[in-house]
Amino acid sequence: MTTTTHHPQRTPQDAPAAAAATRQVGGGVFSPRQLLTSLPDALRKFDPRHQLRNPVMFVVWVGSVLVTVFAIGDPSGFSIGVAAWLWFTVLFANLAEAVAEGRGKAQAESLRRTKTDAVARRLVDGVEERVAGTELRIGDLVVVEAGEVIPGDGDVVEGIATVDESAITGESAPVIRESGGDRCAVTGGTTVLSDRVVVRVTTKPGESFVDRMIALVEGAQRQKTPNEIALTILLSTLTIIFLLAVVALQPMAAYSGSAQSVIVLTALLVCLIPTTIGALLSAIGIAGMDRLVQRNVLATSGKAVEAAGDIDTLLLDKTGTITFGNRRATELVAVGGTTPEELAAAVRLSSLADGTPEGRSIVELCAERFGLSAEPTDHEKTGEFVEFSANTRMSGIDLGDLSVRKGAAGAVRAWVAENGGEVSSEVGPVVDEISAQGGTPLVVAEIRGGVASVRGVVRLSDVVKPGMRERFAELRAMGIRTVMVTGDNPLTAKAIADEAGVDDFLAEAKPEDKMALIRQEQEGGKLVAMTGDGTNDAPALAQSDVGVAMNTGTSAAKEAGNMVDLDSDPTKLIEIVEIGKQLLITRGALTTFSVANDLAKYFAILPAMFAGIYPQLDKLNIMHLATPQSAILSAVIFNALIIVVLIPLALRGVRYRPSSASALLRRNLLVYGLGGVVTPFAGIWLVDLLVRLVPGIG
Amino acid sequence: MSPTLAGLLQAGLLIAALAAVHRPLGDYLARVFSTPEHTRAETALYRLVRVDPDAEQRWGTYAQGVLGFSFVSVVLLYLLQRLQPLLPFDFGRGAVPPGMAFNNAASFVSNTNWQSYVPEVVMGHAVQMVGLTVQNFVSAAVGLAVAMALVRGFIRSRTDRLGNFWVDLVRGTLRVLLPMAFVSAVALLALGVVMSLRSGVTVVGPDGVSHTIALAPAASQEAIKMLGTNGGGIFNANSAHPFENPNSWTNLLEIFLLMAIPVSLTRAFGTLVGNRRQGYVLLSVMGVLWAGMLGVIWWAEAHGLRPLEGKETRFGVAGSALFADSTTGTSTGAVNSMHDSFSGLGGGGTLLNMLFGEMTPGGVGTGLYSILVMAVIAMFLAGLMVGRTPEYLGKKLGKREVTAAAVSILAMPTVLLLGAGIALVLPGEVDKALNNPGAHGLSEVLYAYASASNNNGSAFAGITVTSDWFQSSLGVCMLLGRFIPIVAVLALAGSLAAQRKVPESAGTLPTTGPLFATLLGGSVVLVAALTFIPALALGPIAEALL
Repeated sequence: MTTTTHHPQRTPQDAPAAAAATRQVGGGVFSPRQLLTSLPDALRKFDPRHQLRNPVMFVVWVGSVLVTVFAIGDPSGFSIGVAAWLWFTVLFANLAEAVAEGRGKAQAESLRRTKTDAVARRLVDGVEERVAGTELRIGDLVVVEAGEVIPGDGDVVEGIATVDESAITGESAPVIRESGGDRCAVTGGTTVLSDRVVVRVTTKPGESFVDRMIALVEGAQRQKTPNEIALTILLSTLTIIFLLAVVALQPMAAYSGSAQSVIVLTALLVCLIPTTIGALLSAIGIAGMDRLVQRNVLATSGKAVEAAGDIDTLLLDKTGTITFGNRRATELVAVGGTTPEELAAAVRLSSLADGTPEGRSIVELCAERFGLSAEPTDHEKTGEFVEFSANTRMSGIDLGDLSVRKGAAGAVRAWVAENGGEVSSEVGPVVDEISAQGGTPLVVAEIRGGVASVRGVVRLSDVVKPGMRERFAELRAMGIRTVMVTGDNPLTAKAIADEAGVDDFLAEAKPEDKMALIRQEQEGGKLVAMTGDGTNDAPALAQSDVGVAMNTGTSAAKEAGNMVDLDSDPTKLIEIVEIGKQLLITRGALTTFSVANDLAKYFAILPAMFAGIYPQLDKLNIMHLATPQSAILSAVIFNALIIVVLIPLALRGVRYRPSSASALLRRNLLVYGLGGVVTPFAGIWLVDLLVRLVPGIG
Repeated sequence: MSPTLAGLLQAGLLIAALAAVHRPLGDYLARVFSTPEHTRAETALYRLVRVDPDAEQRWGTYAQGVLGFSFVSVVLLYLLQRLQPLLPFDFGRGAVPPGMAFNNAASFVSNTNWQSYVPEVVMGHAVQMVGLTVQNFVSAAVGLAVAMALVRGFIRSRTDRLGNFWVDLVRGTLRVLLPMAFVSAVALLALGVVMSLRSGVTVVGPDGVSHTIALAPAASQEAIKMLGTNGGGIFNANSAHPFENPNSWTNLLEIFLLMAIPVSLTRAFGTLVGNRRQGYVLLSVMGVLWAGMLGVIWWAEAHGLRPLEGKETRFGVAGSALFADSTTGTSTGAVNSMHDSFSGLGGGGTLLNMLFGEMTPGGVGTGLYSILVMAVIAMFLAGLMVGRTPEYLGKKLGKREVTAAAVSILAMPTVLLLGAGIALVLPGEVDKALNNPGAHGLSEVLYAYASASNNNGSAFAGITVTSDWFQSSLGVCMLLGRFIPIVAVLALAGSLAAQRKVPESAGTLPTTGPLFATLLGGSVVLVAALTFIPALALGPIAEALL
């Protein structure tokens, strides 16, 4: 029987409410100033070796060089204008990437500060020696005392301590780390606030959690994810098609008696190839990781983030995720002629000094249902609180000649019998019924005036967090099946599963059952995500496609998963899924937008190129662009500017609301497909209104 | 009866006939390519050529089979033409010149049936029947085989086997094309199509001058010419010739024949993947684009300055538009009217039909696999937009799949644009070949390369393509336009078959509804439009806007 949890665990009771308020997965704030500060980095990216990594932008880069050469040979307002704006196109693409990287750099910088060169107190055969933190090897034992910085990642093997992990998590409340449990992992760079622990080092220097985190947020080890590679292939294909179309156009134009200059052809090519998505692609990927980091989640690879968007099945632990981490009092059942009011008074009194969540929930229930004060009176304060212990399995209070006890049925009965009282025959059935329904019965007894008797039973039950039902409904709409995993018996599990609205549950689950469930789902071709913190969760975390380890968990769990949640909030899995989806949607939407833009560019450039030889083609100049030069230049300028305009969107990600696949596609096709067709018509027309004022062009 | 009503009746009859036949024929096709049973004749044939019909092949082996078979076919067909004087029924027409022989061999093996020769003058009946007609059958069967291999890629899971090319080739020929061609030939014969082994008859015309009227075994050729979406006529005037296509009934029957298998294959696809609606949605996309282009061509021709120019009065504007739309939409290339004489918009319509990549509904087999490749690309983008790793029919679309699909789609525009571009650059080539200057001349060059690269084979006329450059470049375009996509499609099939099938969940984007149809249809049009608008602007668009 569980009555209290003594681990000072940060229970994210407010998480669903907060999440509900910010349903949209937002990103960091983007300010135009970032463009300016990222400029030096952007300029460095003009290096052709860097450009080669992005086929689309490399074509633009080569085109810019080509046009510049021709513009120098035959300088005019038009040729110089096109050359300049082609360079701007490359610059804006560089800028997008630099801004995305810059946000990570700031984070990395603050992390680096935690990497002070701590001196470690290494234990060799029980003797302490002082060595530099960088000399520690896996398996070394180090002593850390209050006020000292933990020199490396590891597990506590001896002692218990409070640790300040704010350097990593940003959370100022200290956490407890102790040997032997699921809360033994400590991170290098965090500070021990009290007591003394011995830590066994589990990572090599340079590969610690902080090191990995720095590399991650800086994007230093960023490799293209599978989906990004596939998209790059598609974009390269489009680029080749347009390259061919433009190259083949010249002989056709010459045959028609209207050969075009290299400048015009290059301008056409750059406008047609998918520069918008090409320029923003890597920024989208970096920003996706960044959004995770901002939510205090570290992913070991971008691949895991993409996989998160694909999850079919979500395994969620009941306790702490679906229900509050602690059971709460939900009902008082009076027995043996006791009135509910009397029972409430007794149980309140016994819980007033009880700091456990269960005890507090009893006081709250009495306040709510019976209007009893939650604060002790001065008289009540004189009572002597009897703490819960594993031996007595009861807690209570002694106040004058009044003693109240609450606790496990067997223990309280024995206490009543010891004190010569009779236990009402009603108690047994009530206790059994509450247990059968998945609740925990707390029997309440008192000695008043020397007579011991049982007054009633408090029902402690799991309380489903508010808003969970709605979240699961959303997940269902996204096509994700939720499975609740619990150690409860099937009956209890079903009651909570029904209340929370999950699709399925796994009752009386042992770690190997969890593993078997994951395997079974994966056999059917599904992708499974789960959270875990204990060492015995590690195999399942490794087996699952997206395994989110809690930062409070063991090193084994953190190694096994492919993400670590620094806030140790299991409901965050839902947000991770959303970020994964948002990442893909942003890529898809901007690709569609980019391709859809081409229609308007044809309407701008083709009449400009050929209306001279075929005047009837001027009918296609529906934007009424002033001159052929202004038309072409306006298209090039629009093509460059749209990149800058879309940088915030690329960093933030497109809006994502959980809904069916069809609804999402319809919406995105409408916004980015149709929008992509219409926007450039307006954009190019507007740019032309300004460009036509330039002498020699308009 | 007004011409419009007559046209609507013809189109209505055609659609009704296709609706009636696609179900039994589609199910039959599905059975033919999925049953483990071999007929006795097939077993004997396999024993003769020493093929183990029950040994399935990896995609590479399957592709080697396709390429090897087609290479041998090109060589044999080339030799047959070069050695014509040694064959019977040559009527003293002599050896076919090398350039022309190569072009013809490439053309018939690639199911293009572009004809740079005048059949009545160049080809004897022996080469026609033993060479060209054999290719009419087997080139169509190759297309069927590749389509079926791709379908197996979608329906199979965790295997590297895609079936046996030789078995698919034999079954397509013996169980599908031969019996259907036989029945169709008898029907055409009964409706008045000529069938004769004589070279021709000499008659004295009303003007008192004697004329030689060419004869040929036309009915039997005509059946497979349409059924296999081949299109190579036994007479120069193709289906405009009264001996090949004597009346409006044969006209309608011929259109029906060229549509029958491509349309029914969508049903076979739906049956094989276990969800008929998957097939119907492809058919709806094909149907809407086919009908839309019919509307454009028909309207353009009916409202042109010279509505009947280049058309047979037997068929009228509607019958010609229906034929033109169907033949360019199926990679057949037979013509019953001269597309060159169509208006700018109408002729541009037939050109655009080919530039769609021949999938509305496309050739035998090629139509199905081409639209499936397009569906892979469309679903990749759609999958991204719904936030899931893209998938289609339960198969994930990753790097390998997108690469294969991209190569397949890239092949046609690449050879087309490079071919046409180089032709225009070469000094004198185009000037020698073209009878028309300006925009129309450019349309003619574009049409020739579009026809070759898409394995359509219809000619725009007005262009003489017998120079060595045109013979060889168009031949190369036909071969590359045919076999690069085939190899890419088989590679795609291989990587799909190796995957485990992902079960459908509530998050799966359905590919059976109007949204997917719109997306797929939009992709077909968009890819063609974005690729070819610049070229079209200088040809048909410039003509049509006049």
